[in-house]
Amino acid sequence: MKMALFFPELFLLLSCLVVFLLTLGKMSSSTVRSITAALSIIAFLICAGSLRLEGDLFFKAYRVDLFSQLFKFAITGGVALLLLFSRELKGIEENIRAEYYLFLLLSALGLVMLVSSVELLSIFVALELSSYALYLLVPMRDDHSGLREQMEAGIKYILFGVVATGVMLFGMSYLFGLTGTTYLSELIPAMNQVIGSPAAIVGIALVMGGFFFKLGLFPFHFWLPDVYQGASNETTAFIASVPKLGAVALLIRIATLAAPSAATLVNLLMILAVCSMFYGNLIALVQKDIKRMLAFSGIAHAGFVILGIITLKDTGFASAIYYITGYMLMNLACFLVICNVSVKGENLAISDLTGLYKRAPLLAFTLAVGMFALAGIPPFVGFMGKFMLLAGALKEGYLALVILAAINTAIAIYYYLSVVRVSYCTDPEERPAVTVAPLTQVISIVLVLIIIIMGVMPAPVVDIATAAVKGIM
Amino acid sequence: MQDFLIINTLGYPILSLLIFLPLAGVIPLLILKNDEAAKYSTLAVTTLIALISLTLYFKFDKTTALYQFGEHHAWIPMWDINYTLGIDGISLLLILLTTLLMPLCVLCSWNYIKTRVRPFLACLLIMQTSMLGVFMALDFVLFYILWEAMLIPMYLLIAVWGGPRKIYASIKFFLYTLAGSVLLLVAIIALYLHNDPHTFSIPQMMGQDYSSVFQIYVFLAFFLAFAIKVPMFPFHTWLPAAHVEAPTAGSVVLASVLLKMGTYGFLRFCLPITPEASLTMMPYVLWLSVAGIIYGGFTALAQSDMKKLIAYSSVGHMGFVTLGIFVFNVQGIEGALLQMINHGVTTGALFIMVGMIYERTHSRELAMAAGVGKFMPIYVIFLGFFSLSSLAFPGTNSFIGEFLVLVGAFAKTKIVAACAIPGAVLAAAYMLRMLQKVVWGGTNNPDQSYLTDLNVREIITLAPLLLFVLWIGLNPAPFMDVMHTSVNHLIQQVGIADAGPQGIFEVAKLAIPQ
Repeated sequence: MKMALFFPELFLLLSCLVVFLLTLGKMSSSTVRSITAALSIIAFLICAGSLRLEGDLFFKAYRVDLFSQLFKFAITGGVALLLLFSRELKGIEENIRAEYYLFLLLSALGLVMLVSSVELLSIFVALELSSYALYLLVPMRDDHSGLREQMEAGIKYILFGVVATGVMLFGMSYLFGLTGTTYLSELIPAMNQVIGSPAAIVGIALVMGGFFFKLGLFPFHFWLPDVYQGASNETTAFIASVPKLGAVALLIRIATLAAPSAATLVNLLMILAVCSMFYGNLIALVQKDIKRMLAFSGIAHAGFVILGIITLKDTGFASAIYYITGYMLMNLACFLVICNVSVKGENLAISDLTGLYKRAPLLAFTLAVGMFALAGIPPFVGFMGKFMLLAGALKEGYLALVILAAINTAIAIYYYLSVVRVSYCTDPEERPAVTVAPLTQVISIVLVLIIIIMGVMPAPVVDIATAAVKGIM
Repeated sequence: MQDFLIINTLGYPILSLLIFLPLAGVIPLLILKNDEAAKYSTLAVTTLIALISLTLYFKFDKTTALYQFGEHHAWIPMWDINYTLGIDGISLLLILLTTLLMPLCVLCSWNYIKTRVRPFLACLLIMQTSMLGVFMALDFVLFYILWEAMLIPMYLLIAVWGGPRKIYASIKFFLYTLAGSVLLLVAIIALYLHNDPHTFSIPQMMGQDYSSVFQIYVFLAFFLAFAIKVPMFPFHTWLPAAHVEAPTAGSVVLASVLLKMGTYGFLRFCLPITPEASLTMMPYVLWLSVAGIIYGGFTALAQSDMKKLIAYSSVGHMGFVTLGIFVFNVQGIEGALLQMINHGVTTGALFIMVGMIYERTHSRELAMAAGVGKFMPIYVIFLGFFSLSSLAFPGTNSFIGEFLVLVGAFAKTKIVAACAIPGAVLAAAYMLRMLQKVVWGGTNNPDQSYLTDLNVREIITLAPLLLFVLWIGLNPAPFMDVMHTSVNHLIQQVGIADAGPQGIFEVAKLAIPQ
């Protein structure tokens, strides 16, 4: 019975071992990819099957509940989609592609374990497992530019990451010092006694810092643009979407420590959210490289998610889950296009999308849907998420914050729209047509459909997210 | 069930049918590979929708101000968001106008659009879905979703099939409209939270006892969104750019339906939900309307581009509409409502006519179109009627509308009404100037002998609009009848039932057989 609870993780671990064995042989990278993709789909199905499981493992340091299983479902789903559409790893040299898949799966394993961890040290270990795999993925890109920018990105990523981890550990030491326990379940009542004290606020804020880094929230955002630009398109697609789910999951878990009320912490988060939105959106306006643009847009979206966290209520948390899941899908849709349009895995400027409607109509459509969804235009998932976050925050009386966030959506539309404009309103000139594999076409249609259906029918997702959040509060 | 809604008893959900039929019309466009077949299929779908929508008129109950043909389904229970549809005397004619214009839009694009025909038609159909939905929605979230979703197809219509400065015009359109409506969303949520129990239902938000300050804030958020859409002076600068660059069908949709959504918003939301604030802000809105009327008239007089001329004339005409709405009496509001329909018919027709000239001469310059009357007699006959209608010549539709608006305005405040009168004179000046130039020109007309007169398709496109110009002009009763009850109800909601001196009411009765 206990085994069944841990089955998704065990399967992923086993998959990692399988891929590790494959790296030792001389198998072609496309075979490795097919095997990895198949394994990730099976992992996704297993997570789907274990959605309703519940129980504790490892001396209650590891909790399996609807909350964790929902995130595992989304994380493995994202990984499977990513592996399916990134058919050939254009930016990675042939001889290390097998290792690339190994680290990708390891990172996914780390994230899956992270969302189930309910003890500070196991949170730390799981987070590092997922992070270190990512630190390695970034510099694995080939040296296409001759400037070794992938190395620069890798170094930046690991240095910022280590600092953020240090901050988080420091915060954990505060929490432990205040309460004498590292278990979240014991921390929640204990923190309620001391939540007024500055040490508790500082402790929670510092622990959150570690996840702000993952999410790319101001002021932990410095790595985003450079890493997005330096990493290969496929790596960026992963970094930009899936780990953010893990970050939001843990932010919600940590925020429950502060619930039901913590004015200082809320004020702090509010300031960070506003800074993040304005900083991200204003700088994104002038970006020429599409990955850098998406990086700054990611900073702005991180600020938006915080709107759900600061409510410290189940509806707000559920909205945040809905929003970040939608964000992952929208980002995957955009990166699907980027990965496919890029010929040799090089970075794309926005102008490289010129005339995309003629070169690859389906990709242009997918990109347009992704961009409009990111901009929060109905009927896509981005709008519903935005709407629920704003409504939740206004319900708690944060009128100024809501107005600033609304103004930000108006700023953001310009740069999203300029991508659509370039791909739809210009002639391709000399640029080559883009061939899209049938499987990628299927994936892009699936992504577009999910983005629309989740936007029009949000009720089922929100209901299950609310049930999940209620379970942990 | 709910006391504001009469549930549809036709046996089939007619409003949902009208909303989703255009979307269903997109499916053949995905399958068909032939552009001609796609045009016929879209024409068939839009005509079918127009015919179905006639049922609404004939089954409409004129004696009640409740929302009719209602549909109500839970949609997102967690946030009390419902799929609620219903129409009353205010939205009925706007819906019929929309369904009437769409087949004409397809017809007028028949040869005009040469590239990417099927995506173009798909954009038109998606536009129709969201436009009809906006006029039918009785749930604020549903309304907002359709209101915003409309931006995407409209943006593409301008940005992909537009003229040389399409990029600038389309982005300006999108940014203006979106910037206006983000605060609308905040206001909607604030209203939701202010109501107890929380509700997004539009009729339930009406007639609540909100505090004065809250009303002012909500009104301002509403006003920004709707005034940009109308567009009211000084928020109008996106309009000429968008009109000039948009393809003919885009201009028609924009002028005839999209602009009406702003004024519809005033009628549906500002007046009943924030009546006190509407009264407080009334003088400012009235003066802005007058400014728009005068400004639009003078700028139109100075244009050499025909499309720009009509675009600026729209600013003036819509000024009359907002003037009529904010005098808060029966004549004013009914006149404004009728003027919305009139403007949709007349300006839509004028844009189609400019498009026809553009297809032939590839220029919209007035100078290039000088003296076509000699070679295109049928064309200038139509142009004559629509121009006269645009300047509110007696016997045409706009006369009734503008007259009622002015009667209402005089009843309310003489000085504002007097200031609006020059607008009517200006309209005559710029329209007759254009008409004179196009029909006769001068002594040095460009060579127009290569021009061919209207073909059957083009005549069919214009004929229905001419029919309505004369019909409303000579016998407005069938159109006015459906709005009386709803407008009276609206005025009760605003809370000022005394509609001015009786004498002026009599004048109106003389002019309009009731």
